Amino acid sequence: MTTLEHHDYDVIIIGAGGAGMRAAIEAKERGLRVALICKSLLGKAHTVMAEGGVAAAMGNVYEEDNWKVHFRDTMRGGKMLNHWRMAQLHAQESPDRVQELEKWGALFDRTKDGKILQRDFGGHRYARLAHVGDRTGLELIRTLQQKAVSLDIDVFMECKVVRLLTGDDGSVTGAVAYWRPTGEFVTFAAKAVVLATGGVGKSWKFTSNSWEGTGDGHAVALWAGAELIDMECVQFHPTGMVWPLSVRGILVTEGVRGDGGVLKNSEGERFMFNYIADMFKAETADSEAEADRWYDDHTAGRRPPELLPRDEVARSINSEVKAGRGSPHGGVFLDIASRRSAEVIRRRLPSMYHQFMELAGVDITQEAMEVGPTCHYIMGGVRVEPDNGATSVPGLFAAGEVSGGMHGSNRLGGNSLSDLLVFGRRAGMGAADFAEGRAGDVPKLEESLIRHYIDEALEPFTRDEGENPYDLQHDLQEMMQTNVGIIRTGPELDEALEKLEVLKERVNNISVKGGRAYNPGWNLATDLPAMLTVSTCVALGARERKESRGGQTREDFPKADPELGKINFVSRQPAGGGFNEEIKISPEPLPEMPDELKALLEEAPK
Amino acid sequence: MSDVVMHVWRGDSNGGDFEEYTLPAQEGEVVLDVIHRIQATEAPDLACRWNCKAGKCGSCSAEINGKPRLLCMTRMDQLPEGEPVTVTPMRAFPIIRDLVSDVSYNYEMARKVPAFLPPPRPEDGYRMSQIDVERGQEFRKCIECFMCQNVCHVIRDHEENKGKFAGPRLFIRYAELEMHPLDTNDRRDLVRDKAGLGMCNITKCCTEVCPEHIKITDNAIIPLKERVVDADFDPVAWLGRKILRRTKRTPQEASVQPE
Ligand SMILES: Cc1cc2nc3c(=O)[nH]c(=O)nc-3n(C[C@H](O)[C@H](O)[C@H](O)COP(=O)(O)OP(=O)(O)OC[C@H]3O[C@@H](n4cnc5c(N)ncnc54)[C@H](O)[C@@H]3O)c2cc1C
Ligand code: SF4
Ligand code: SF4
Ligand code: FES
Repeated sequence: MTTLEHHDYDVIIIGAGGAGMRAAIEAKERGLRVALICKSLLGKAHTVMAEGGVAAAMGNVYEEDNWKVHFRDTMRGGKMLNHWRMAQLHAQESPDRVQELEKWGALFDRTKDGKILQRDFGGHRYARLAHVGDRTGLELIRTLQQKAVSLDIDVFMECKVVRLLTGDDGSVTGAVAYWRPTGEFVTFAAKAVVLATGGVGKSWKFTSNSWEGTGDGHAVALWAGAELIDMECVQFHPTGMVWPLSVRGILVTEGVRGDGGVLKNSEGERFMFNYIADMFKAETADSEAEADRWYDDHTAGRRPPELLPRDEVARSINSEVKAGRGSPHGGVFLDIASRRSAEVIRRRLPSMYHQFMELAGVDITQEAMEVGPTCHYIMGGVRVEPDNGATSVPGLFAAGEVSGGMHGSNRLGGNSLSDLLVFGRRAGMGAADFAEGRAGDVPKLEESLIRHYIDEALEPFTRDEGENPYDLQHDLQEMMQTNVGIIRTGPELDEALEKLEVLKERVNNISVKGGRAYNPGWNLATDLPAMLTVSTCVALGARERKESRGGQTREDFPKADPELGKINFVSRQPAGGGFNEEIKISPEPLPEMPDELKALLEEAPK
Repeated sequence: MSDVVMHVWRGDSNGGDFEEYTLPAQEGEVVLDVIHRIQATEAPDLACRWNCKAGKCGSCSAEINGKPRLLCMTRMDQLPEGEPVTVTPMRAFPIIRDLVSDVSYNYEMARKVPAFLPPPRPEDGYRMSQIDVERGQEFRKCIECFMCQNVCHVIRDHEENKGKFAGPRLFIRYAELEMHPLDTNDRRDLVRDKAGLGMCNITKCCTEVCPEHIKITDNAIIPLKERVVDADFDPVAWLGRKILRRTKRTPQEASVQPE
């Protein structure tokens, strides 16, 4: 083999969504050598797709809002499985992070007096989401991208990391990656590594996630000895498109409901009124009239049930469809046409208007949309120290969707974009501190291990007769959708775990055609080990957590178990693991919340 | 439903040819769906970029029947029925493989834009009115699909112009900064001298292809051209037009990146 391309850095950041870019900016501003690595072109990460907004208790629309209310909403939305310290930091720091974006050129929609406008979203007591129409993610990613470019950060785009490297002492030393355009491998030695690789949704059939959502970061972290927590907590967003089939799963922003859209069944009934859980009764309207008053003035009525947290709404839609009251293509109706003027809809929700017009031939200013749950977000992820994003592997940090703890068992809308900013920055600081404190120059990499990982990635080329990676991906997605979907049962999860073992065998028999340069079949073959590892963690966690809580719904255990509400399920592998090796899962107590924060939760809602 | 016939360009920088694929038609599909079905069956190594599948990320730009389009937003039932659909990569950029082209030129030109530079943030935050942010917001809708760059004849037909011409995507970036209520950098000499604004002869081809319907020529290029001309005669008039402007910078200062 010829010599490999190699780079030395103080900090490498894997992933260029909001979290990765924010981390890179932080580390670069400390004067360190920083590289930003991503699988797609710069600016195309999932973050660009975020629609509705970024949650921050700035109080621009409702003065009553403050971090304490945001903290409470986040904890309740997460069904108390959140790491309290993350929820606290997030609520306290997100206003500063949003305002900082303005300093870097972002142009949010404005209030009448020229401040940043905030919109309503599910689970947030006050209008709290800073936004730009329904393309907030684009604004966020472009602002960070332009800031990163102005700092002259080195960017490696269309470069996929296949493995992390660790040293004898277990600390991280770098990563092995390949360039997608050429298929050539490249190694990075780094004093610290930040994972910001986003989510895992591509393992389900109906998903809002792109091809990138294969859980690479979750998997490489686990293989390197880091811990994953609560992987069973997967968010199914209540409103994905259901028709045409080819766009099934594509997201319809919650902003539609925040701006007045309502859910109806085939009988024209606003069915959400029938599904208000006890926990939310006190703060949810019990009549249409009251709910409708609330849109104009939050003190004139309680919030509409359409804006309950996502897990509640998704389950309700599922029940309506099961009861035979669904729409023609197996969803329910989301109606804003009869409730807001065409002009308002087009101004507030331009990309939704465009998306339905172009893809479904539906004019949302005239007709209701058909929507149903779609796999959207993973709350579980790499276990981190709240203050600096450190994982249990020295030198390895994580932020954004790949990390776990912040959102508990269910994430509130808008809380991801703010999470990226708050914890992206903190992980950037953590990594910079670590890099500065690490003695000597960049760590030495172990040659033989690098060769081994490269051979592993190239293996599919060595088989002439074997399976098409797309067939395997298809079978995995079907299986996860059926067995580890929105509603789960013990026997189905047992079966899922058996089937995952069979799929893992099949990975060892994949063969790919063609060369290494920009070969999507091969690229997918290198994604599959991560998808299988992550899917196994989800299924294991779902089997162990014998209760229903947020993004984990067990038909055989329909209630939340207060004892399990104090437990994280932690997945582990010995360092140097891989998708073929066993994953161990164990229950561990959540960190204890200080009394002064507990008091905030007990306060009665206004 | 009947079959669809696709003529997809396959090859790399050394050349290539069209490959024909015939598949059963499916209701409601976009061109990208058909490409994905080809990948999943006959040609797993068919190279193509995509991410969002909803016109939001600007990854899937290509030419369909010779016209620049987003693969994910072009419905099969809107193309002439019964005729083969031709899919080729964007023409103005070097080819990597199949439908994927090397768009690094655009990223290089973006690196040359001097950063946004606001005045210090007041205690209670910046104030801007909705009407003032809307001008910039139009340009910030850009999803960086680079199709406007692809159709602009200044670079499509003249490779040699690439070093000195930023292109419509970046003209809207200059315009956005220029019209930003808080910006204090003056990039007018830069946009004229180094970004090649003068080479644009307002053919409007860029505006026609923009999937975000940004009025690139009318709302960005023409006003920029006017301002650049103004700058030669009457800097005071220009100064007055900027809201909240504090200090004017020289182009040399403007090209220095702020912290
Ligand atoms: C359609 C949609 C709408 C949404 N709307 C909202 C909203 O309104 N509000 C909100 O708060 N949240 C929203 N979300 C959720 C939110 O957008 C995501 O959770 C968030 O953007 C994740 O950001 P991230 O930085 O963690 O990762 P991502 O943005 O997913 O970026 C991951 C990065 O990692 C890179 N990467 C992955 N694997 C590798 C590898 N092996 N090697 C190299 N690079 C790799 C990718 O290329 C990418 O650059 C939405 C999500 C979707 C899909
Ligand atoms: S109007 Fe100018 S920038 Fe746009 S395509 Fe024509 S020459 Fe190029
Ligand atoms: S201006 Fe329009 S055509 Fe040009 S890159 Fe942006 S979105 Fe694409
Ligand atoms: S895939 Fe994102 S614009 Fe087409």
